[in-house]
Amino acid sequence: MKKHNKYNSEVTGAEALILALLDENVTDIFGYPGGAIMPVYDALYDYMDKLNHYLVRHEQGATHAAQGYSRVSKKPGVVLATSGPGATNLITGIADAQIDSTPLVCITGQVASHLLGTDAFQETDVLGISMPITKWNIQVTKAEDIAPAIAKAFYIATSGRPGPVLVDITKDAQFGKTNYQYKKCESIRSYVPYPKVNIEDITMAANLINEAERPFILCGHGVLLSGAEKQLLELAEKANIPVASTLLGLSTFPPENPLYVGYLGMHGNYGPNLLTNECDVLIAIGMRFDDRVTGNVSKYAKQAKVVHFEIDPSEVNKIIQADIAVLGDAKESLELLLPKIKSKNRKEWLKRFEECNVIEDEKVIRQAINPDSEKLRMAEVIDKFHKISEGDAIVVTDVGQHQMITSRYYKFNQPNHFVTSGGLGTMGFGLPAAIGAKVALPNKEVVTVLGDGGFQMTIQELGTIMQSNIAVKIIVLNNNFLGMVRQWQQLFFDRRYSFTEMKNPDFIAVAAGYGIKGKKVTKRDDLYQAIKEMYEAKEAYLLEVVVENEENVFPMVTTGAGVSEIILE
Amino acid sequence: MKTTYTISIFTEDSIGLLNRITIIFTRRHINIESITASESEVKGIYRYTIVVTVTKILVENLVKQIDKQIEVLKAFYHVNSEIVSREIALYKVSSNALRENDLFIKIINDNHAKILSVSNDYVVIEKTGDEVGISQLFKDLEKFGVLEFARSGKVAITKPMKTLTTYLKEIESNSKITIKNYNSN
Ligand SMILES: Cc1ncc(C[n+]2csc(CCOP(=O)(O)OP(=O)(O)O)c2C)c(N)n1
Repeated sequence: MKKHNKYNSEVTGAEALILALLDENVTDIFGYPGGAIMPVYDALYDYMDKLNHYLVRHEQGATHAAQGYSRVSKKPGVVLATSGPGATNLITGIADAQIDSTPLVCITGQVASHLLGTDAFQETDVLGISMPITKWNIQVTKAEDIAPAIAKAFYIATSGRPGPVLVDITKDAQFGKTNYQYKKCESIRSYVPYPKVNIEDITMAANLINEAERPFILCGHGVLLSGAEKQLLELAEKANIPVASTLLGLSTFPPENPLYVGYLGMHGNYGPNLLTNECDVLIAIGMRFDDRVTGNVSKYAKQAKVVHFEIDPSEVNKIIQADIAVLGDAKESLELLLPKIKSKNRKEWLKRFEECNVIEDEKVIRQAINPDSEKLRMAEVIDKFHKISEGDAIVVTDVGQHQMITSRYYKFNQPNHFVTSGGLGTMGFGLPAAIGAKVALPNKEVVTVLGDGGFQMTIQELGTIMQSNIAVKIIVLNNNFLGMVRQWQQLFFDRRYSFTEMKNPDFIAVAAGYGIKGKKVTKRDDLYQAIKEMYEAKEAYLLEVVVENEENVFPMVTTGAGVSEIILE
Repeated sequence: MKTTYTISIFTEDSIGLLNRITIIFTRRHINIESITASESEVKGIYRYTIVVTVTKILVENLVKQIDKQIEVLKAFYHVNSEIVSREIALYKVSSNALRENDLFIKIINDNHAKILSVSNDYVVIEKTGDEVGISQLFKDLEKFGVLEFARSGKVAITKPMKTLTTYLKEIESNSKITIKNYNSN
């Protein structure tokens, strides 16, 4: 390995990039080489002892792996790819990271600067393409500009509301020479990542909450991003306020706490949806009123005053008009709020949630986890998995019915233990994201729950697992359908199953081809033991569970309906 | 209710930023009625002026989404009564117009326009004014046949506003507020 005094010595732009990553304390990168990024890969060869590079099988996998990595570790994810097709393959993951506020630093190679704009081999305008889906992007054409661009990239990605950034580096900049110096970026004058909390807003919010008879907290991803779990718990407990979570907010609030009333949105729990339209003060913290949460906006919480705690001013009054908006980091805002909050008994109100819970339990949950059907159902698999792992696993899902079922039936004990694609709903997310999560936290059990459809969108990442020995556990809930779409076809398109049935490969054989152990389960009697075996395996493991083909996820807030029109069956 | 708003955006000098800003409008299928860009009174800081006709809620949302772009220092929106604005228009008409000299000169004078250039084939007329005046002159000249017509888009100065330098100070001090939520460093 190369040893030299990194400061005040002339290095190539490519090496400057590697040194800058090290100065940002990067330890892991997900990437794929190619012509326009070769100087960087060459420089990387000298730093293999300091930087672990994971060779994915498709650049999309690198972005999702970096997302999974970031979501569980709260470190930015780093991605490396070549120009042209390498760069365009990143787009889905970048878009996913943008809408789910995940900090990624994506570095792409680019053709030499004198070729820019000429349709050179593997030239694409990645800056233009990624503009609407990055928090910031930049093209660097000189070696000496690389380190400052990387410094800015990390600062922007990880500060304020986090998000993906892209740094496109021309090949001549990678080859060029520069004196390496690194200065961390600590502020940018045109960028205010943390709006100053206005204490008057806090007072008004506190007054409204104190007067409320039926306040209701909706907690979103922002609480996790700001590390405000403790403050949220304190607020809820101090004032006896029920708390429900958005999809990305899951794992924020302790599930066994009596104030936790469940999961919001289209396939969320009955009580939180129904009672959104009965509360008198809606307290939204770090969430953005996604349409999967609100259902029909014109029928959403019309009776309630809305207090919105939010770091991103552009989210305020975007979907739901706030009566009081508190701009700022959630943790800081809640800390200022807490001393002003009075304790109050809200037994009657909490009882409403319990009543709803009983109804949902009777009509949905009991049958789902203890079904009398011959075939297995998704919920019983997740319920058993939850019991075996005691709620301690890091759970990563793909997109579809299995995702909704996992969100409903797994109860997360610790924050940042759930990784899913929310805003974009990206099939193919699960497997690579789980790889990233396991790389970040190798001592944790990471289990990904996939549908048979989504698994096949990034199935090649089994190769990454094989090559880098990443002990990811995989549960495939195989219904031989694109289940979520089939459910919609059944309910809203007269059961016309247009291209949703899947003819699948022998998944166990495919895994075996990659040297990954596996087992297929079809019978209830074998399920518990099989999950246990999977969970306790020391290496990567694939468990395929054959489930009911035409199962539907309920409850459901159908398109156009209001949250209180949620149906149970 | 839709109203005409003039959005003023102050930015750093950055390649591609205009593209980032126009994407915010195109995503929502909003037509930009006019757009101008120039350096502002502060060296190195640029000013874009964009005119759109939308609802108040929408213009608020747009301005916040613009303000959120990293290199945007500050974005504002104003209704017509809050700004002083002007636009320049150039009209090319056939030199046949000069054959009806009296009427032609009357139109130019009545519209407070002026002749910028005359050649054998055509005459170029310049008018500075507001949208209504510029359209009126276009209508009046149509009888001579307008061969070419170009408008600059609106430039605007806001009436009551803190100076840009005051805003810059405010933003700069707020940009220094940091909280460490990420473990990278
Ligand atoms: C990349 C992508 N393409 C299409 C969709 C639309 N879509 C949403 S859910 C779904 C079905 C997923 O099927 P499967 O992975 O088998 O999971 P299941 O719903 O059966 O649990 C589809 C096609 C999507 N979300 N992402």
